[in-house]
Amino acid sequence: MTRLIRRPEFGAFAAFVLTYAFFAVVTSGAGFVSVNGTAGWLNLAAELGIVAIPVGMLMISGEFDLSIGSTVGAASMVVALGTSFFGLPIWPAIALALVLGALIGLVNGLAVVKTNLPSFIITLATNFVVLGATMGFSRLIANVTSSSIVQSESARAVFAARWGQANVSILWWLGFALVCGWLLGKTTFGNWIYATGGNLTAARGAGVPVERVKVILFVLTGFAAAFVGVLQGVQWNSGNSTYGMGYVFQAPIVAVIGGVLLGGGYGSVVGIVLGTAIFGVISTGIFYTGWSTDWVNLFLGVLLAAAVLANNYVRRMALAAR
Amino acid sequence: MDAAPILELRDVTKAFAGTTALHGVSIRVEPGRIVCLLGDNGAGKSTLIKVLSGYHQPTSGQILLDGREIRFAGPRDARKRGIATVHQDVGSIPLMSVGRNFFLGAELTKGVRPFHHLDTRNANRIAIEQMQRFGITRITDGDQLVGTMSGGERQVLAISRAMYFGARVLILDEPTSALGVKEASYVLRMVSQARAEGVGIVFITHNASHAMAVGDRFTVLIQGRVAAEFARGEKAREEVINLMAGGEKIAELEEELAIE
Ligand SMILES: Nc1ncnc2c1ncn2[C@@H]1O[C@H](COP(=O)(O)OP(=O)(O)OP(=O)(O)O)[C@@H](O)[C@H]1O
Ligand SMILES: [Mg+2]
Repeated sequence: MTRLIRRPEFGAFAAFVLTYAFFAVVTSGAGFVSVNGTAGWLNLAAELGIVAIPVGMLMISGEFDLSIGSTVGAASMVVALGTSFFGLPIWPAIALALVLGALIGLVNGLAVVKTNLPSFIITLATNFVVLGATMGFSRLIANVTSSSIVQSESARAVFAARWGQANVSILWWLGFALVCGWLLGKTTFGNWIYATGGNLTAARGAGVPVERVKVILFVLTGFAAAFVGVLQGVQWNSGNSTYGMGYVFQAPIVAVIGGVLLGGGYGSVVGIVLGTAIFGVISTGIFYTGWSTDWVNLFLGVLLAAAVLANNYVRRMALAAR
Repeated sequence: MDAAPILELRDVTKAFAGTTALHGVSIRVEPGRIVCLLGDNGAGKSTLIKVLSGYHQPTSGQILLDGREIRFAGPRDARKRGIATVHQDVGSIPLMSVGRNFFLGAELTKGVRPFHHLDTRNANRIAIEQMQRFGITRITDGDQLVGTMSGGERQVLAISRAMYFGARVLILDEPTSALGVKEASYVLRMVSQARAEGVGIVFITHNASHAMAVGDRFTVLIQGRVAAEFARGEKAREEVINLMAGGEKIAELEEELAIE
C-alpha cells in the first residue's frame, strides 16, 4: 500500500477518480458517462496527450519545451500548402511535416545544450520564430495563413478514422503512451532521463551522455507536436498556423497534474496520461453541466496549484526515511 | 611493505592562472594500502585528486600507472583504467532507487535488441548484496529511493559500486566529514575492508582521528607542497594536527587565546 502511494502517478489517479466522480454526479442524466460522452473527453485528451507525454518526459529530464504550439500549426500548414499549393501527394507532405517537427526539436535541443541557457526562454523564442515563420512564409507563398488539405483515402483512414464519436487519435495516444511508458520506465534510456533530471553532475559523472539524452527528447517532442499537427490537419481538412497554441501551457500543466516534478527527476508516463485525462474530463464535463465553459480555466488553475502542493508532499514522502 | 605502486605522481606541479595549487608533489598509491592526504583548506588536496582522477592535466611532472607514464584523456578514461573517485556529495541521485543508482551508466539489461530492457530485479539484488557485504544491513529493498538513505549509507553505496565495477584505486574526497560518529565508523570500516581486498586507497580528510584510524601512510600538504610524509605509528596525533594546521601556528593560537 505505501508502495502504491509512493508511485509518482498516485496523486493523479486519486484526482482523476475524484474529478470523474464529481462530473458524473453533477451531470447525471446528461450523458457525460455515456459512450458518446466518454468518446468526447477521450478525443479532447488524445491530441493533447500525444504532445504532453514527450513534454513531460522532457520535464523529467529537467527541460521545458514551449515551442510545441507553433510546431503543431507549422506541420499542419506544411501538409496543407504541400498538397493544395505545390500539388504534392499527401504522404510525402506528411513525411515532410514530421521531419520538420523533428528538426525544430533538434534545433531546440542543440541550442539548449550548447548555450546552457534555460530551455524555457529558448523554446519560448522558438515558439514565436516558428509561428512567425509559418505565417510569413504561408503569406509569401500562397497569400494565406490557413489553407485546405487535399486528402487521400489512406491518410484519412490513418489520421481521421472515426467509430461513432471516437477518433482514431485515441488509439494513437494509447500507442504513444505504451511506447513512451516502456521507454521511460523500463529501458536504459529511461534511466538516463531520470538521472539527467535528478542530478545532472552525478549523471554526467556516471557516464550518462546527458546532452544526447536532452537532444533526443527535444527531437521526440518536436516530432510528436508535428504528428498532432498532421492529425488535426487531416481531421479538419485544413492547415492553420495557429493550431496548437493552446498546448503551449496545457501540456506542461497536465504533466504536473500527472505528478511530474517541475524541477525534474520524477514522474511517469501513466501519471501524464492521467493528468491529460483529467484535463479532458474537466473540459468536457463542464460542457455537460451546462455551466459556462469559462469555468474550465478556473478548475485547471486550482487543480494545478493543488497538484504542485501534492507533488511536493509526495516527493517529501518518497524521500522520508523508512 | 613496498609493493609496486598502482598509481604514482612524480614531481607534479599544477598551475592555474594566478595561483600554483601544487608544487612538485610526489605521491604513491600502493595496492592494499591507504594513503591519507591531509591539509588545511586550500592546501591543494582536491587539486591533487583531480590530477589523479584525470580531471586536470598536470602542468609539469609525471603520472605513472603500473609503472608506466600515462596521460589521462579525462575522468572517464581514468575510470576505465580502474581509478574510481567518490566525491562527497555528488554521485548519487536521491529520487532514484538504490538499484538504479548502483548501475547508472552501466545498466544491467535483459532481452534481445531492440526490446532489451532494464533487469531491475537482478540490479536490485546485486546492489543490496554488495552493500550488505560492506555491513549495511538496514537497506534491504533495492527499490528504495537513495534520498531516504543516510549520508553514510550513500557513501557506502558509492564505494561498493566502485568496487563492484572493478576499481583498483579508490579516491575518497572527505567521505566522513559530513557524517556523525556512528556513520563515519562504518564508512571507515568499509574503507579498511576495501584495503583488505587489495585496492589502493587515497583518503582525504580534515579529521586527524579518522586518518589515524585507518591510514597506512600520511602525506601532509601545505600550500601545495608536501610538508611531511610518514608511516603509521611514526607520529602522535597532536603532531599530526599541528602539521595540518601549519606547524607552530596552533601553539601560537593557543597562547593568544590563553592571554585573553
Ligand atoms: N580551477 C581552478 N582555477 C584556479 N584556481 C584554483 C582552481 N582549483 C583550485 N584552485 C586554487 O588552488 C588552491 C588549492 O585548492 P584545492 O581546492 O585543491 O584545496 P583543498 O585542499 O581541496 O581545500 P579544501 O580543504 O577547502 O577542499 C586554492 O588556492 C584554490 O583557490
Ligand atoms: Mg577540497
